[in-house]
Amino acid sequence: MDWVNAIIQGTLLGGLYALFAAGLSLIFGVMRLVNIAHGDLIVFSAYVCLTITTSLGIHPLVALVLVVPIMAAIGYGLQRGLLNKTLGTDILPPLLITFGLSVIIQNTLLQVYTADPQKLSAGDLEIASIKVGSLAVGMLPLLTFAIAVAVIASLQYMFYKTALGRALRAVSDNQEIAQLMGLDKRHIFGIAMALALAVTAVAGVLLGIRTSFDPSVGGGRLIFGFEAVIIGGLGNIWGTLAGGVILGVAQTIGAKIDPGWQILAGHIAFLVVLAVRPNGLFPRMSA
Amino acid sequence: MSDEFVTITNLDAHYGDFQALYGVDMHIDRGEVVAVIGANGAGKSTLLRSISGLMPNGSGQIKFKDADISGLRADEIAHLGLALVPEGRQLFPSLSVEENLIIGGRLQRPGPWNLESVYALFPILAERRNSPSTALSGGQQQMVAIGRALMANPDLIMFDEISLGLAPIVIGEIYSAIPDVIGQGVSAIIVEQDISKALSISSRVYCLQEGRVALEGNSDTITREAISQAYFGV
Ligand SMILES: Nc1ncnc2c1ncn2[C@@H]1O[C@H](COP(=O)(O)OP(=O)(O)O)[C@@H](O)[C@H]1O
Ligand SMILES: [Mg+2]
Repeated sequence: MDWVNAIIQGTLLGGLYALFAAGLSLIFGVMRLVNIAHGDLIVFSAYVCLTITTSLGIHPLVALVLVVPIMAAIGYGLQRGLLNKTLGTDILPPLLITFGLSVIIQNTLLQVYTADPQKLSAGDLEIASIKVGSLAVGMLPLLTFAIAVAVIASLQYMFYKTALGRALRAVSDNQEIAQLMGLDKRHIFGIAMALALAVTAVAGVLLGIRTSFDPSVGGGRLIFGFEAVIIGGLGNIWGTLAGGVILGVAQTIGAKIDPGWQILAGHIAFLVVLAVRPNGLFPRMSA
Repeated sequence: MSDEFVTITNLDAHYGDFQALYGVDMHIDRGEVVAVIGANGAGKSTLLRSISGLMPNGSGQIKFKDADISGLRADEIAHLGLALVPEGRQLFPSLSVEENLIIGGRLQRPGPWNLESVYALFPILAERRNSPSTALSGGQQQMVAIGRALMANPDLIMFDEISLGLAPIVIGEIYSAIPDVIGQGVSAIIVEQDISKALSISSRVYCLQEGRVALEGNSDTITREAISQAYFGV
């Protein structure tokens, strides 16, 4: 029964990892930009939520109605004001710039919030659980997973069923020809980054409710996000969820064997997938 | 207002250090079909890319409907009613046939072309509307590329070697649709390697040679000798 429990916990944890990964995958899919600052933006979202909850006295999940649009606006501004200028045939400039951005975000957070660990307080939600047979499943992980599924289903719908999704796919396929359709790629990229950071906002808030955080934890979230993307297969939105789940289950099983092995087991699962299926388990885009 | 619809003046184009066009002068009148011919590498595609805004241009080099469009981005120029059927078709692979057409019409410029009229022009596309564009034959892909440009209801449509790599019977099929396309008062620039095709469909012709206009004339009076002279420079 312990093993079943570990698998369920890992699956639910995978929802959070899928949320880390979704924004990363979207940005790479649309504009071939690898955002090194992605993890720090997740942590940044958690701090934005912290400020809002402490100053307004509202529940962190309620604060999402503010954190999501704030992060989306930051995403659009960041893309139009900075990242668009780094995009070209050379993939190095965006890597360097987002690495620099990562350092800037971490240090700004240190200045403003200090290095003390913080946590978003979600009250009863943190300890609530429901019984499934003889197992107790936490409400928060369950809710996180449900939100991840909803976010990914919405992204899928947006990509394949709406005019915006059509424009995003067209720009991803062929930037030059997309411009001939009257699409301003600078704006489309701005929208893509806004969407990515809106998802990041959700991920950051759920992370902050689940565990304590400080300005330095972004790098680790970036790695988990990367691993989930690569395991799932680049450019496949549902694959990202599968990748998150595989990573989550590997980690909880690792932790079950020996608590020190949690992170290592995740990396091993990632390396195994990379060795056996270098394009991930569910590749899609002919990138 | 002059009758000149597109006026190209002293147009240069560069790829890095390489100069692909040298002082090209050209004009297309309202409703006119102009052919551009020339050997491989003469600069025909570069010319169309410059007009569409995919290459940077110097100020005053390209006028469209009496406005200087030299400094505009490609997406801004598309809004003005200029469409390109690019060399090699260049459909969006992750879009279905119908989505490729719809995105061509996303600017919703008024005019005769919509999904229905494009499907009437190329009925096979209606049957394949939900297929990925990559699943189509070359000829069908070319029809999508033409339909995608038409969906913009352009005032100027540019065709870049639409017969390239297609079987003769398919080329015949596609060219038989062209009069319908340009009979609606739009102007057209047709880039074509097949000289007799180019001459039969156009009223005037320009021949490019190594980035320069080597010959210009009326399509029905121009001589074969003059063309081969301009083609090969011998
Ligand atoms: N992307 C590019 N980079 C460098 N040179 C190019 C590029 N595209 C075309 N050229 C060069 O520019 C010249 C004109 O090419 P192009 O306009 O494609 O000719 P055409 O369409 O008449 O065959 C050729 O010499 C070609 O090699
Ligand atoms: Mg060409």
